[in-house]
Amino acid sequence: MSTETKAAAGRDASRIHNIGYRSYDGPRLGRAYARRSLFSQTLRGSFGLGRSAKSKVLPMLLFGVMALVAAILVAVSMAAPDATKLVIEYTSYAIYLQAVIGLFIAAQAPQAVSRDLRFKSVPLYFSRPIERADYVVAKFAATASALFILTGVPLLILYVGSLLAKFDFADQTKWFGQGLVSVALLSVLFAGLGLVMAALTPRRGFGVAAVIALLTITYGAVSTVQAIAWETGSDGAVQWLGLFSPITLIDGVQTAFLGAPSAFPGEAGPGAGAGVVYLIVVLALVAGSYAVLMRRYRRAGL
Amino acid sequence: MRFPRVTALDRLTLDIGPGVTGLVGSNGAGKSTLIKILLGLSPATEGRAEVLGLDVATSGAAIRERVGYMPEHDCLPPDVSATEFVVHMARMSGLPPTAARERTADTLRHVGLYEERYRPIGGYSTGMKQRVKLAQALVHDPQLVLLDEPTNGLDPVGRDEMLGLIRRIHTDFGISVLVTSHLLGELERTCDHVVVIDGGTLLRSSATSDFTQTTATLAVEVTDSETHPDGTGALREVLTDAGVTLIGHDGIDTEGLPGAGHILLIEATGEETYDVVRDSVAGLGLGLVRMEQRRHQIAEVFRTEQGAARTAAVPAAATTAGVVQQKGSGRDEH
Repeated sequence: MSTETKAAAGRDASRIHNIGYRSYDGPRLGRAYARRSLFSQTLRGSFGLGRSAKSKVLPMLLFGVMALVAAILVAVSMAAPDATKLVIEYTSYAIYLQAVIGLFIAAQAPQAVSRDLRFKSVPLYFSRPIERADYVVAKFAATASALFILTGVPLLILYVGSLLAKFDFADQTKWFGQGLVSVALLSVLFAGLGLVMAALTPRRGFGVAAVIALLTITYGAVSTVQAIAWETGSDGAVQWLGLFSPITLIDGVQTAFLGAPSAFPGEAGPGAGAGVVYLIVVLALVAGSYAVLMRRYRRAGL
Repeated sequence: MRFPRVTALDRLTLDIGPGVTGLVGSNGAGKSTLIKILLGLSPATEGRAEVLGLDVATSGAAIRERVGYMPEHDCLPPDVSATEFVVHMARMSGLPPTAARERTADTLRHVGLYEERYRPIGGYSTGMKQRVKLAQALVHDPQLVLLDEPTNGLDPVGRDEMLGLIRRIHTDFGISVLVTSHLLGELERTCDHVVVIDGGTLLRSSATSDFTQTTATLAVEVTDSETHPDGTGALREVLTDAGVTLIGHDGIDTEGLPGAGHILLIEATGEETYDVVRDSVAGLGLGLVRMEQRRHQIAEVFRTEQGAARTAAVPAAATTAGVVQQKGSGRDEH
């Protein structure tokens, strides 16, 4: 080994700033910490934080729109004389602004999963302590949390605004809570569907298009058929048709359980009985999304 | 390891010690499959493997915490800087945030990335990308790194630098290395031990010195002088008299080599051969233009080894266990 020693000595002399290799003896925080790190990196990435300025534009713009509309509604409510409550229901907010939410998930789900697939970074994750389930759970939870922030913050603005306007505290708190439950459900459902669509293709563009198509086409089809059913007097069909698009599913659940006014034609939302079916379908879709994602990464190990 | 249609690794039994080990095989020989098994990512159909004394089937996560992996293919997102990417990967290996940042700065410096580490990876050259890939495998200070074709796509200078770096990973950093390549020639320069596999079976596993010392060929070129107008010829005679074996002195083997006809290929049997050549050249009063080692190419080893293996292999009716043992446990002191 004398030649190596000599070579090393020569290197040290020619490169003064090389202080040599230091080994790491500190803590290794393992799998749960790695999962948390992946979660926070994905969550931050959903809003473009820690990424290029260009990738901050769209998520921040959409977040701004969501918050701004809420602020305007608060201002309108406060300006109206003799107002006793907000001009909008907490539960209706996400339904009205579903296009903004759809754009957000369409843009951010691919950034959460397609990037790793497209640039083949997935093996780097799986050659580390985390398992497949950790990866899927972290990505799923981070995307759902991003959506929850996007949809929950405007509700918070509405709530704070209503308290400033001295509307009834008990009523507002109850409705705000119902609204939060509703958007939490919406966040998990949309995150699951968005991630599944995005994970099926490593191409970001296809992912965006697929998510938008899934959300708008199903909603367009369901609301059209519902309108026709309502006009032709098939009132009973209206409440079941809502099962076939993500946003009407959420609408159905909150109509049945969260005291929300239905956005269905004629406000013919499901009652408690049909509501159970809605809830089961939502939960099944979430579980199904998780299963599909787990399957998707089974072979992507290396 | 058997896939539905392909048996990727077949009854491969080997024991790999600390140090730098080269894993050589042509494309599809099973090198990457072996690495996957060692990382605990795809279970072996039969048999068992141990890395750092841990069973891959049961302690996958523990192994992956102490092992680094550099894939063969591109794996870097272009829109983040090397620093951000490696910090993230360090945290994914379990390093706390502060340690992750410190280790990233250190590791990138050790692999030779300086100011450019703050720029997005998309603008890097292939050589720089390979360095980032290597850095992410080293950032958590593993005990063993698995490098899958680290010299792929590099120019000769980049190749030399990468090989030097791989050598340093062991000598300076104290990390054991398992490196794959399809070029035996380049692994000979870096590895302590070379394993040759082909078609999922073991062709040869031996210390690098065995490959080189028995097969080392010395190329000697001398000038002509006034007393010896044909310096090469004169030296040939002297060397033959001194009992040194000359290879292809009818000019058969040197055909096509640069300087053919002026180069003597000598079989080096040990240190004394060098002395004989030196003394002979000096005695003749010739100028020694060069004396260098011509190592055998991978193809030669492959041809001979393959031929031997083919004839030796006895097809067993039932596939027995494919045992892979990896015991790169120790950090050697140098």
